[in-house]
Order: sequence, then C-alpha cells, then structure tokens
Amino acid sequence: MTDPKYFTTNKKREIFELKAELNNEKKEKRKEAGKKVIAAMTVGKDVSSLFPDVVNCMQTDNLELKKLVYHYLMNYDCEDPDPLIRALTVRTMGCIRVDKITEYLCEPLCKCLKDEDPYVWKTAAVCVAKLHDINAQMVEDQGFLDSLRDFIADSNPMVVANAIVALSEISESHQNSNLLDLNSQNINKLLTALNECTEWGQIFILDYDREAQSICEQVTPRLSHANSEVVLSFLELLPKDSDYYNMLLKKLAPPLVTLLSGEPEVQYITLRNINLIVQIRPETLKQEIKAFFVKCNDPIYVKLEKLDIMIRLASQVLAELKEYATEGDVDFVCKAVRAIGQCAIKVEQSAECCTKVNYVVQEAIVVIRDIFRKYPNKYESIIATLCGNLDSLDEPDARAATIWIVGECAERIDNADELLESFLEGFHDESTQVQLTLLTAIVKLFLKKPSETQELVPLTTRYSDNSDLRDRSYIYRCLLSTDPVTAKEIVLSEKPLISEETDLIEPTLLDELICHIGSLASVYHKPPNAFVEGSHGIHRKHLPIHHGSTDAGDSPVGTTTAMNLEQPQVKPSQGDLLGDLLNLDLSSPVNAPQVSSMQMGAVDLQGGGLESLLVGQSFIPSSVPATFAPSPGPAVVSSGPNDLFEFSTGIGMAPGGYVAPKAVWLPAVKAKGLEISGTFTHLQALQHMTDFAIQFNKNSFGVIPSTPLAIHTPLMPNQSIDVSLPLNTVGPVMKMEPLNNLQGAVKNNLDVFYFSWLIPLNVLFVEDGKMEHQVFLATSKDIPNENELQFQVKECHFNADTVSSKFQNNNVYTIAKRNVEGQDMLYQSLKLTNGIWILAELRIQPGNPNYTLSLKCRAPEVSQYIYQVYNSVLKN
Amino acid sequence: MIGGLFIYNHKGEVLISRVYRDDIGSQAADSAVFSSSGPFLGERLGGVVRRNAVDAFRVNVIHARQQVRSPVTNIARTSFFHVKRSNIWLAAVTKQNVNAAMVFEFLYKMCDVMAAYFGKISEENIKNNFVLIYELLDEILDFGYPQNSETGALKTFITQQGIKSQTKEEQSQITSQVTGQIGWRREGIKYRRNELFLDVLESVNLLMSPQGQVLSAHVSGRVVMKSYLSGMPECKFGMNDKIVIEKQGKGTADETSKSGKQSIAIDDCTFHQCVRLSKFDSERSISFIPPDGEFELMRYRTTKDIILPFRVIPLVREVGRTKLEVKVVIKSNFKPSLLAQKIEVRIPTPLNTSGVQVICMKGKAKYKASENAIVWKIKRMAGMKESQISAEIELLPTNDKKKWARPPISMNFEVPFAPSGLKVRYLKVFEPKLNYSDHDVIKWVRYIGRSGIYETRC
Repeated sequence: MTDPKYFTTNKKREIFELKAELNNEKKEKRKEAGKKVIAAMTVGKDVSSLFPDVVNCMQTDNLELKKLVYHYLMNYDCEDPDPLIRALTVRTMGCIRVDKITEYLCEPLCKCLKDEDPYVWKTAAVCVAKLHDINAQMVEDQGFLDSLRDFIADSNPMVVANAIVALSEISESHQNSNLLDLNSQNINKLLTALNECTEWGQIFILDYDREAQSICEQVTPRLSHANSEVVLSFLELLPKDSDYYNMLLKKLAPPLVTLLSGEPEVQYITLRNINLIVQIRPETLKQEIKAFFVKCNDPIYVKLEKLDIMIRLASQVLAELKEYATEGDVDFVCKAVRAIGQCAIKVEQSAECCTKVNYVVQEAIVVIRDIFRKYPNKYESIIATLCGNLDSLDEPDARAATIWIVGECAERIDNADELLESFLEGFHDESTQVQLTLLTAIVKLFLKKPSETQELVPLTTRYSDNSDLRDRSYIYRCLLSTDPVTAKEIVLSEKPLISEETDLIEPTLLDELICHIGSLASVYHKPPNAFVEGSHGIHRKHLPIHHGSTDAGDSPVGTTTAMNLEQPQVKPSQGDLLGDLLNLDLSSPVNAPQVSSMQMGAVDLQGGGLESLLVGQSFIPSSVPATFAPSPGPAVVSSGPNDLFEFSTGIGMAPGGYVAPKAVWLPAVKAKGLEISGTFTHLQALQHMTDFAIQFNKNSFGVIPSTPLAIHTPLMPNQSIDVSLPLNTVGPVMKMEPLNNLQGAVKNNLDVFYFSWLIPLNVLFVEDGKMEHQVFLATSKDIPNENELQFQVKECHFNADTVSSKFQNNNVYTIAKRNVEGQDMLYQSLKLTNGIWILAELRIQPGNPNYTLSLKCRAPEVSQYIYQVYNSVLKN
Repeated sequence: MIGGLFIYNHKGEVLISRVYRDDIGSQAADSAVFSSSGPFLGERLGGVVRRNAVDAFRVNVIHARQQVRSPVTNIARTSFFHVKRSNIWLAAVTKQNVNAAMVFEFLYKMCDVMAAYFGKISEENIKNNFVLIYELLDEILDFGYPQNSETGALKTFITQQGIKSQTKEEQSQITSQVTGQIGWRREGIKYRRNELFLDVLESVNLLMSPQGQVLSAHVSGRVVMKSYLSGMPECKFGMNDKIVIEKQGKGTADETSKSGKQSIAIDDCTFHQCVRLSKFDSERSISFIPPDGEFELMRYRTTKDIILPFRVIPLVREVGRTKLEVKVVIKSNFKPSLLAQKIEVRIPTPLNTSGVQVICMKGKAKYKASENAIVWKIKRMAGMKESQISAEIELLPTNDKKKWARPPISMNFEVPFAPSGLKVRYLKVFEPKLNYSDHDVIKWVRYIGRSGIYETRC
C-alpha cells in the first residue's frame, strides 16, 4: 500500500472510477481500489463519498483489504464532526481485539487523545487500557501513558475517572505497578474530581487511592453523598490498626446499616463485609444489632448471614433466635438452634434460658451436649426431659450426643444402664459414630457404677467389620482388665474447655480479606487467588506466600525427600487418639494437649550446623500416658506414638542475627485428612514471639489448615510449644513440583518464615479406596499401558497375607490374590483425596527379597510417590 | 471489571448477551486431573467459551434444584452476579476480584435505565427493544467499566429514532452533560412564577412481637424537591435536626423551650450532589443551588422516637387440629384530625386452609387462597380509632409433622405526616442577581408516610 504509484494518479474522474473498481467482482481489483482510496485519503483528497462502497468491501476474507477498510473507517469516523461518532469509532475499534488491527488503531487514538471534546477523551482513555491488553509495547512506545497522566489534571471529572481506571488496569500487568505518583498535587486533583464525578467515577478513584490513606480525612464527607458501593470502597481505604481507624469505623456504622434497608443483593454484600468487620472490631456495630433481625421476606441468603452476625454480636438476641427456631426453612432452623447453643457458650447467664428451648430437639441435643461441656454440673435438670425424648431421635448426631450425655452424667441418671441397653438392642444398625460413642459411654458407666453394668460390658464389637470399633473396644478391654484405676484416669479425665467462637476466619486470611473489603473476595471470604485466574488481578496484600516458594526452595530438596522415604507407617497422633477415645474433638481450636518440649531439637541444631536437616529421628513423646506402654501389645497402641521428623527450614539465618525458629512437623492420619504438628524451638532470640499464624500455598491436593494456628500465649525464649493443626483438602489446587510438595509460611510478630516439606502421600489415601473386583478389571483395561510403571521394592521378608494386612491399615485394599507359578500376585487399589484411583500389582517371589510393583493410574505422575509409600510401608 | 452481561428469560434462554472482555472465555490451564477437586471450582468450562459461560449460569443457577443460596455464584472461577426482575434474570459476569457492591448497584441502575426507556422489564419488552438495549449497554459500560448511567443524560442522545442532526452547540452540550461537566444546572433559566415544592416521603418499617414489644423499627425517608426558580438561586434548607437545634439552643435557650419544638435524631443521611458537603460537615447546614425541576435533595434514616401510625394486636387460637380462630385489632395512633388511607392488613393462613369465614367492622376482607392470606382493606381511617376483624379458619387434616411457621401479619398504609417526626423548618431562597426575594417564592410542603415492611408477629 505504500507503493508510490498509487499516490500519483490524479484525475477528475477518479472518484467515479474508484467506485466502479470497488464494486468489481474480482477480489484483486477491489484490493487495488482500496489501496487507491487510502492513498487518495492520505494525500488529503475527499473520498468520503465512497463510504458505502468501501463498507461493502468489508465482507471479504482478504486480510489486507479488510485492514484497508478499517483504516478508511477510522479515518473518516474519527474526523466526523459529531463527537459522539468519533468516540463510538474509537470505542468500537478498541473492541476488535486482533493484534494486526492495532497498528491502525494507533493513529486515530492519538487524534482522539488530543480531541477537543471531553466525551472523546474519556472514551479514548479506556481505549488505551484496551490497547494495552493487546499490545502493551505499543502503548509504551506511543507515550499513551503520559496522555493518561495528563488527563488526571483535566477539569472534566469523568475524564479523570476513566484515566484512573485505565491506569489501574494497566498497572496490574505492568512491570512498574506504580504508574501514577500519588503526590499531594495529584491527590488534590483526584479529590477535586471526586467531588464532581458520577458515583462510578467516585468508586474508581477511591479504589485506586486505597493506598493513599492520607486522603481519608478529606474524603470522609463523601459518605454523605454516597451510594452503597462508595461506602464499601471507602472502607477499603481506611488506615488499619489505628485509633483513627476505630473512629472512622464508628462513623461508618450508620451508612452500613442504611445499606441493610436496600435491595437484598446489596444487603448480602454488606452483610458479608460486616461479618469481617465484626470479627476485628465487634464494638463498631454493637449498638446496631436490631438492624440484623431477620425479616420474614428476606431471601434465605440474607437470613443466614444476619444470623451469623447476630451470633457474633450476641447477648441480647436470645429471644429473637427462639423465634427463628419455628421458621420454615430447615437449614435456617438448624442454624438458629445452633446459634442458640453458641450464645449459651458465650454468655453465661443465657445458658439457663437456652436449655429450655426444645423446639427442634435433634439439633438442640447436639447443642446441649456442647453446653454441658462448657458448664458441667450446672444444668443437669434438663436430663430428665432429654431422656424422655430418646425414642424420637433418628439423626445419628443427636443420638450420639444423647448417649454422650448419658455416659457423662451416668452417676446422676438412675436408669442409665437401662437407657444404654435400649440403644444396644439395635447396635448393629447404628452408624459408626453412634456405636463408638455408645462403647465409650458404657465404659464410663462401668467405671462409675461397676455394680450395675457387668452384663453390658462383654460387647459384641468383636465381630464388627469396622476396624476402629474393634480397636477401640480392644483397648478398653485391655485397659479394664489390666488396670482399672488408670483406665478411670484416662476415660474420665478432665476434658479441655470448649471454645467460644466458632467459624472464625483464620487471622491471616481475615487480615487479607479486610484489605479486600468491598470486593468479591470479601463476599466469598476467600483470598482472591482462590477464584481469580492466574496473574489477573491478584493483589496479595499480606503474607506473600508465592514469593515464599522461592525462599523455601533454599531448603535442600534432597534431604526432604529422604525424610519422605523414611516415613514409617503413620497412625493417629497421640493427642488425636486420646481425643478419639474420649469422643472429644480436640482438633477444634481448644488448647491442644501440651506435649513436652523437644529440647533434642536444639541440641541437634547446634551440633549439626544450621543447614543440616535431621531426619527420621523417631522417638516416643514423653507425654504419652505411661499406661499405654505396658498394655499387652495391641498393634494400635504400640504404633500409636508417632515418629517425629524435624528439619530446619534454613530461612532467616542472617549471620550474627537471631536464629530462626525451627519447625518440627509431624504428619498423622486423622479421620479425613492430615494432621501436622509443629514445634518451635527458640534459641537465642531476645524477644518473645506472639501472633502466630500459618498459611499454605496452593498445592496439588488442596491441603489447607481448617483452623487457625492455635498458639494463644506468647512464646518465650527457650520455650517450646506443641501445636497440632487440623487440615483438610478443600483448598485451592495447583500442581506442584514435586507433586507432594507443600509450601507454607509461619508468621509471628517478628517476621514471616517460609518453608516447604513433602506430604507423605499415604495420608491422602481415603477409606473408600476399595474397588469392586469387576470395576478393577475394567479400569485396569481402560488405562493405557504406557501409564503403567514398574518399581522394585528391595529387601522385604513378608508373606503375601502380612503385606496385605499391613496395607489394609493404610487404606490400600487388596482386591484379589493369585498364585501364579509359585509367585504370589497381590492386586490392590487405593484412592486419593482428590479422587484419583491407583491400581497396584505386587509380585512376591518366594525366596526373593525383591518385590516387583506395577502401578497403573490415569495420572502416572503420582506413581513414584505411591512407590515411596509402598517402600516405606514394607520396610517398616 | 465486568466481563459480560447476559439477560435470560425464566426458561434460561438468552435474550441479551454482551461480552466486554475475552477473559470470560479463557480456560483454566491446569491439567485435567487436578482440576476436579473442591466444590468451589465447580464444573469446568471448555470449548466455545462464551456460550459455555452463558450455559453455566443457566445450569447452575436458573435451573438449580435448590433455592438460590447467594446472589453471587462462582462457577469455574467465573463469578456470576444476578438480580431478578419479575421472571427476567440479569447476570453480570466477571473473572476478576471486582467491587461487588458496585456490580449490583450497576445492575439495579441498568434495570432503572431500561424501565425508563420502555417500561416494565418483561421478556416481550426486552425482545422488542433489543437493539436499544445493546446501544445502551455500549454506552453505559465501556470495557466493563460503568460510565454515565443517568437516564436524563442518556435520553439526550440515545433515542429510538436515531440521532437527529444537531448543531455543534447542541452536540457539545450533550457531551458535556454526559461527562458531567456542566453539573446540574444551566444558566439563564427564567420563570414568571417562582415556585417550589417539597415532599417529605417516608417509609416506616416495624417488626413487633406478639406482645406488642417493638423489636426493630426504622424510618427511611427522602426529601424530594421540585424547583421552578429563575437564575442561580442559593437555597438553604432547615429541619428539626437534633444536632442543629441543640447547637442553637445553647445560644437562645428560651427560644427552644418556648417553641417546644421536638427535634429528631438522624442516624444517617446522604445528599444530592448539589449540596455543599463541607458546610454540612462543619455547620450541619444544608445549602445548595438546586437543579431545575425534580430531584431528590436528601435521604435519611432514623431509628429513635418513631411514631408508629398503627398498632396491630393479633390473637391466634388453635381449636383442635382442624380449626384456627384469628382475631386482629388495629389501632390508629395519630391526631384524630388526620386521615390514613389505603390501609391493608394481610393475615397469613396455613397452607392446608380449606375454608375461611371473616367478619370485620370496617372495610372489606377477603380470603385469597392463592396468596395464603386474608386481605383486609380499609379505605380511610382517622386517628385514635380502632377496628377489628375476626376469622375462623378451617384446616384440612394433614400428616405433615412440620408446624406451621406462622408468618407475621403485615400492614400497608399511607398517612399525611412524617412518622420520623421530621419537620421542615424553612427553605430560604436567595438570588441576589435577579429581583425576586425569598418572600416572593411560593413554597409548598407535603408529608407522606408510607408503610415499608410493617410486621407484627403472631
């Protein structure tokens, strides 16, 4: 098109000819004509009369011609006298997101940025952001960013707002995220615009300014102009952790409450945000509790949220909650009754009133159990009523709760044995949860009133196919037959106090969410990266864990792998086992049982140098009740104490500075997930440590802490604490290398420390990993052969049955066993928490200590980790 | 920002689909094996994505078996914000961590704009106006960022007739109005008669226990002004705001006690753009240059000392398993000289109601089976009166164990005073350049109190 010959033709009939050529049937001709038109336009001739003919040519698959047409359009429309059309052109062209077109966009955009009309400017400003998305380099080269910066000073508020929008959009993907220097001059300009622009513009500006907290004071009056989203945008901007913040929050309370009389959707957004605010500053909204009372026609999502907040503000709401217990929606009623229970736990004087509520008996009983745990020996008068209700219960939760109560208060219930007996009749039809509780209750009863219970004790559990149940009854039998006194001590021991607050958001997450107030993150109560795609729009404001991954990489990977290899069979941790035996949920944020500190670690750390990782130190925690050791060898007890691994993460070891805390991480199987406890051994730090919090990076299996790290007391120098942290696998998923790598960070008042370790895969094996015989065969056929991997397990001396039972305990199930030519073949299946099935074939030749393991799986990358598990299980 | 906007009918068919950003399309790039875990991720999208985003919302929200548990839904890392108007669904879609309230506020605004253009938001109207809707969507959202959405401004250049040829002056007037440069008032307005109307419109909300205890009550009110004033008049608005009265009271204590004026405590208020906020913040005085014509001067909310115009006294007695006796007394609680209008009492009945006999002293009462309620209407009622309705409800025997939830009795009415107790003390007009004074302006003030959600539990 730059061909010079097109510029030389200069005849009077030209337009006429061009018209004919543009309508020519031949593509080539049309293209030629297009070039001529553009050339004519370029030299300044008026070819606007050709408009319809040129537009006609747009229907082509010839890219070159198409471009010419676009060029023509932009040129003419961008010079249209009507600013609306000029703006329309630049807006529409920005939407044609084809890389090749952008070069044609540049020139008209330049023109528009220098247009005389504010409407065109404000459209062009957004267009710069669009262009940046397609071709960032071009925006830089053309100096469009400077034009945007110039717009900040414009007198038209909308131009300013759109320029701000464009800048913040660009800064998200720009290497220099601070595109606009927020000096006092710029801030003043923004504030001026803020006073005049539309509600949307106000949000754009407030959202952009969130870092510039100095402007707060000047913006406060804005609350009186504002719409809901402006109020929430404003919240985001408040300086954190200061008296001023508190004062402002107080000022904010009324507008927030006003939002609650708005449309239900905005109510919901507001409530979700208030939910966060009351967790850090409950006093802000204490006075406003009536605003959260549920209205009959509120949508269910608003009702549930309101209830949640009321619990947090609690105390004067009991009567109100009682009303809700008669509502229609089942979820809502259950939650209401639970709420009553939570109130009772929180506010002592209300407990009495609570225990009288028996609207929804099933849920209520579960709640009453919690009340009993909080205030033992106080409200036993309710027991009689309870016992009267036994027959009507059909929910396992409620039945288990009742049984627990009966067992717990056995000495005060005259006919406790009869009651329990009545449950025993249908013992085999009960759910496991009820069976376990019943077992414990009977033992309690026996210990309290031995004379009456003799006939109940020979339990029928021996034939149960549930291993938990068998194991537990076995332990009890051993305990009772060897040393009833100790048994009493263990079974009837003091229970840890139940905690007050439930469903609290983990502090680090809360901090992060507070920074995101008003945004979607605050609605989902999830960090933005949990639902926002990759790089887009992630502003991590706290605990930058993804940087941590590189830091954590410092810890030698080789050693951590070694740790994994030495990983022995994992059994419930001691605290867990105890809790399980007593039907207590120790994993809730109560004070975790204090395991003695591990001075060993300190010695090792000094001896082995800071970098060395000490692996595979297995020993028995000294706090395991001594009674367990002598009990005559049930497998579950002897392997109960866990092997502990320790490694220092090697972070923060600045020469001459303080020594970083050393973490000891202990993986253990829980009912559904994995449990890791950590120890901090503090060597030379001069300060005490407080405010601990833990966070995990996204990982392959979605492992995240299900409760915050429960370290409530400051950690003094040379002191160590054992904490167990319940985990679950519902977190965000990202594939890691190696697959079982888990990166985490621990924060305290001093700093953030990063570390990573490997999850032994066996903790992720789920209980229902047993495949049907037929399914196994079909699946095995279904998986392509290239997915099959073979491994050698060396130096093993077991027979097939031992192996099979060994694996059974680890949720690896033997589907079939065959004997082929003297070799034993074991076919096994297992399932991971994320639903991946693994099929295994283990070949055992008599006399040969090396077993051959073939693994088949749809995701062959997991196979080698499975092999590691096999290796460690067989070696143990 | 907003990545796209879809409008569906009740069947889940797409009526309008406007995509602003490609990311609505982009797929999660992680390997297939690891994507399926976690309920939050939901089902994956693939293939032609826009279409699938559209479908995902239909499958997961519109056709969802369960009642919608949140107005924001995350499906495959895409967030859907929805509002429903009659049986039309509006859904805004985004992949980013956006300002959530803003998206909803925008959807409401979109509804307002559409309603202003073609009336009720119905499937038929949307289909008939789809070109217009696309044009509007093009204008009020650019790259997913909301632009000017004031109906007044939009109507100047988005018309169903297409843009008429305009003079250059008109054009620049439009663009500066759209971009908010002129602000709210133009120069050179002239009226022969300078007149202004003030409407204090309140909606009173109540939740009362069966025993007559007020559980929560608040008034949300608006002051709407219609001004027909010449020039650039400076106005000052005064009301019985407690803070102002007390401030003045310090100076002239006897005046307040003499007039015995009651003052009200305003919990929260917001103003029209034209009000000078700095002055309100420092002196709590409301001064402004009003736009021409009708506008909303302020919005406010009060919770203290609310005058509850009606008291509802319910009495529900269950006679056996198949009969309910309901007696409801309403008492009006305001000056006898005032008249309440459009009174309606709605008494819910159980789902298994088979027949109802009603007797009422005043007005008309009817059992509406389709609404599961007895609706009692009274045209007019003076203050300090009471009236009563009694009904016998016969029930079909059911084996449904769940108890009837007894929804509250709700009420609608309109009264000629402000339940919050708000009084307009003055509205002064100064226009130094023109030759009319405050006294020449004809001023009208009207109070209307309406019921919001006015419920008594039974």
